[in-house]
Amino acid sequence: MQPIDQASVQLVIDQLKDQELYIHLEMTTGAYASHNDDSKLTASTFIRNGIIRYTLGSIEGSGPFRVGLKINEGWVYSQGLTHWDESDSERLILAGHDNEGKLVVSLQLSKEPF
Amino acid sequence: MERQILVVLPHPDDECFGLSGTLAKRISEGTQVTYACLTLGEMARNMGNPVFANRVTLPQIRKLELMESCKSIGITDVRMMGYHDKTIEFEDHEAMSKRLGELITELNPSLVITFHPLYSVHPDHDATGAAVIRTLAKMPKEQRPTLHCMAFTKDCEQMLGLPDVKVDVTAFLKHKIGSIQAHRSQWQLPVDSNMVESDAMKERFGTERFWTYSFE
Repeated sequence: MQPIDQASVQLVIDQLKDQELYIHLEMTTGAYASHNDDSKLTASTFIRNGIIRYTLGSIEGSGPFRVGLKINEGWVYSQGLTHWDESDSERLILAGHDNEGKLVVSLQLSKEPF
Repeated sequence: MERQILVVLPHPDDECFGLSGTLAKRISEGTQVTYACLTLGEMARNMGNPVFANRVTLPQIRKLELMESCKSIGITDVRMMGYHDKTIEFEDHEAMSKRLGELITELNPSLVITFHPLYSVHPDHDATGAAVIRTLAKMPKEQRPTLHCMAFTKDCEQMLGLPDVKVDVTAFLKHKIGSIQAHRSQWQLPVDSNMVESDAMKERFGTERFWTYSFE
């Protein structure tokens, strides 16, 4: 994974619009959040291989970045994105890592299931 | 005196701390005020304390809170624009400018109030300010209303200088506190309405600040 290059990510978002895609969308505090700090709530959530189609999408901000995808009856939204996999030309692989390198959030799109 | 003010903000409650006193004051002077609220703040994390809302009920609750806040201020023309919380920056620019332009054509405001597009902390705030500015920038200079921006990043005064518009709203603190307390899912302000006239309240809430936007 490399630090996000906003213009390159925008190109991929544009290439993937108006077609059926598999989405992986995830956020996690880590399974030990409340074990490590009583004041924190351990929470995580993901959807894997949900199917979406978006008509409008962009990556905004100056880093960490936000992505919004407008779907038929709503939105896909992700905030805190820091890294992407530039070697993957078929899919969009985005993630947000904290300052220890741990994954906090991820947004992935692909024409094939993950 | 302002003839007509158009307020454009993204969330119910964006008006309460920084603007409600000014609006109540202008309304008392005879100014017409229209408030275009772009979303219902449906992605907020605050659900009341103690909790009384959930993700499903929050939009309807916040709609009612917005109406109550506007009633406290004296605003009778509220336009709920139907955008979704957190998504203003991703909306199509042309489509947004068209809708905002239609409002401006209809109302012909002498003053528009929104957030500054760079120093307003929340991406929806910045994007709302940017959308208003894109819309107004297309108008001929002589037809363009004055634009006042709210800003509140830590460095906003360093970046923008001191605000050029300061409004003394100490005579309208009841309206302002009423506006804040209307948004009870988001704010729990422990204020007795009898305390509204206290020096501490005047110090904390008595002045509202705006930066006039320059299109040059």
